[in-house]
Amino acid sequence: MQTRGLRLSTVLLHIILLIGACIMALPFVWMLLSSLKDLSQVFIVPPKWIPDPFVWSNFKTSLTALPFGRAYFNSFYINVIVVASQLFTCSMAAYAFAKIRFPFREPLFVLFLATMMVPGQVTIIPLYLMMKSIGWLDSHLSIIVPAALFNAFGVFLLRQFFRGIPKEMEEAAIVDGANRWTIYARIMLPLVKPALSALGIFTFLGMWNSFFYPLIFLNTPEKFTVPMMLNLYRGMYSTDWTLMMAGASIALIPVLIVYIIGQRYIIEGVTLSGIKG
Amino acid sequence: MQNQTADRTASAPALQPDNKRKTAMTSKTSDGIWGYVFIFPQLVGLLLFSLIPLISAFVLSMMKWDGMGEKQFVGLDNFINTFKDEDFRISVVNTLYYTVLTVPTGIILAMLIAVGLNRVKGKLIYRLIYFMPNITMSVAVAVVFMWLFNADFGLINLYLKEWFGIDGPRWLTDTRFVMPSIAMLSVWMGLGGNMVLFLAGLQGISASYYEAAQIDGASKWQQFVNITVPLLSPTTFFVTIMTIIGSFQVFDQSFVMTSGGPAKASYTIVFHIYDSAFVDFTFGKSTATAVILFIMILALTLFQMKMSKRWVHYED
Repeated sequence: MQTRGLRLSTVLLHIILLIGACIMALPFVWMLLSSLKDLSQVFIVPPKWIPDPFVWSNFKTSLTALPFGRAYFNSFYINVIVVASQLFTCSMAAYAFAKIRFPFREPLFVLFLATMMVPGQVTIIPLYLMMKSIGWLDSHLSIIVPAALFNAFGVFLLRQFFRGIPKEMEEAAIVDGANRWTIYARIMLPLVKPALSALGIFTFLGMWNSFFYPLIFLNTPEKFTVPMMLNLYRGMYSTDWTLMMAGASIALIPVLIVYIIGQRYIIEGVTLSGIKG
Repeated sequence: MQNQTADRTASAPALQPDNKRKTAMTSKTSDGIWGYVFIFPQLVGLLLFSLIPLISAFVLSMMKWDGMGEKQFVGLDNFINTFKDEDFRISVVNTLYYTVLTVPTGIILAMLIAVGLNRVKGKLIYRLIYFMPNITMSVAVAVVFMWLFNADFGLINLYLKEWFGIDGPRWLTDTRFVMPSIAMLSVWMGLGGNMVLFLAGLQGISASYYEAAQIDGASKWQQFVNITVPLLSPTTFFVTIMTIIGSFQVFDQSFVMTSGGPAKASYTIVFHIYDSAFVDFTFGKSTATAVILFIMILALTLFQMKMSKRWVHYED
């Protein structure tokens, strides 16, 4: 009796979890399938999920209607620069905060932490005016430079990992006469690779999805990133649902692929930052 | 050959203390410099893109400025005008309503799902699916949900009619339903992130508590209430603070799906900040509103930290 009762509750649990999983996944499935329908198939009641016939032209139309290719290129190269520089600058600062004794280390670190509390909306207008005065408005520099040079969360996350590395690892190197740079580059960095990949993926996703900053800093469509372009596209085709789904798919598919490949790092990264935060 | 090695080992202890003292000395003085070399890029970033803008924000919030002409010092006028502004009041009410709708639902659902997932097989697959909306672009998701919520051709209303014979509401164009719709979308998007944190928290609870409770004949529900919930409270606390901070900054969804409408029913605080600056060109007032938002978030976070002593249970 006991085991049968247990089994029943497990089955029930699975059913609930499956319904939940459907709710989580179906919007994506609907988006992908609908992007392959022609408009007449959209108005069928009850809704038909499988496109009949499959229509590939929505993707062609979306890609030619607006320079999505250009937006992709923009988002991609901005991301590559930002992710690479952040991994570099954040890990340097994090290593120093974790392992090197220098004057004002603690107050400076607290300052980094405190800035994490400031919502982006407070600094956005001064930043906008700063970019305007140096002529960076409507230039990718306004997006790249601040992100490349400053990420308090990244510093904090990596510091937690550096702190976990035992002292002996570097003491031996110090005795051998290695300088701080060598220790950082040769010994410490390889040890925090999982944390670096977590931060890299975080930054990539955050930048790729970011809407508020590009919305304020960029004006001309040639400079737009993918979410900006999609928003512009939404304004053009707000009634043609299949074209909208094709646009949304174009914006989402790479992220979903990155996610499925890197999900272990992403989820562990979230977990670690949560536990250690 | 053998002699040489013996020689070297013999001389090594004599050399070592001196060597050690030397490196210790040089590293102490040079470490001060190395430290600053290492933090230099991020320190520059902190100054240029966070601290200086933050200080300018406080200064700017006391200026009257349209972005073109002269700045004019007006003291606290911007703050007073913001509080008098009907639109600001609407945006605060909407944001609070959104917070009330999303935060408790989001947290309770995430906790229950995490507890459920923790005891079934196939946890990783479920986790993959539940977490997926969390990483996707809010603009793209908003585009998809605009259709799902569409009153005439959206999936939600079509299935409500088909399965239950109900005429669904006009989700995004009815002032009563627009905020709940945006809240549903946000809960859907945020659920996975919170769930993953709860899963990690659950892993930290020792199985021995449950074994002891089972011996005492505690039911599953009693175990949940008396073991899981209290021992999970540090995670709950963290998740609550993060989701409240996030919900006070809601913007993308209402900007893309409803433009703050209908009749300002989904007009949020960040929307108001955006409008004041980039539609009305009252930069000083916009910054003042942002400072008010900052103070609200800060006060709420401090209040929660204070309250947390009563309900957050830290295991020592």
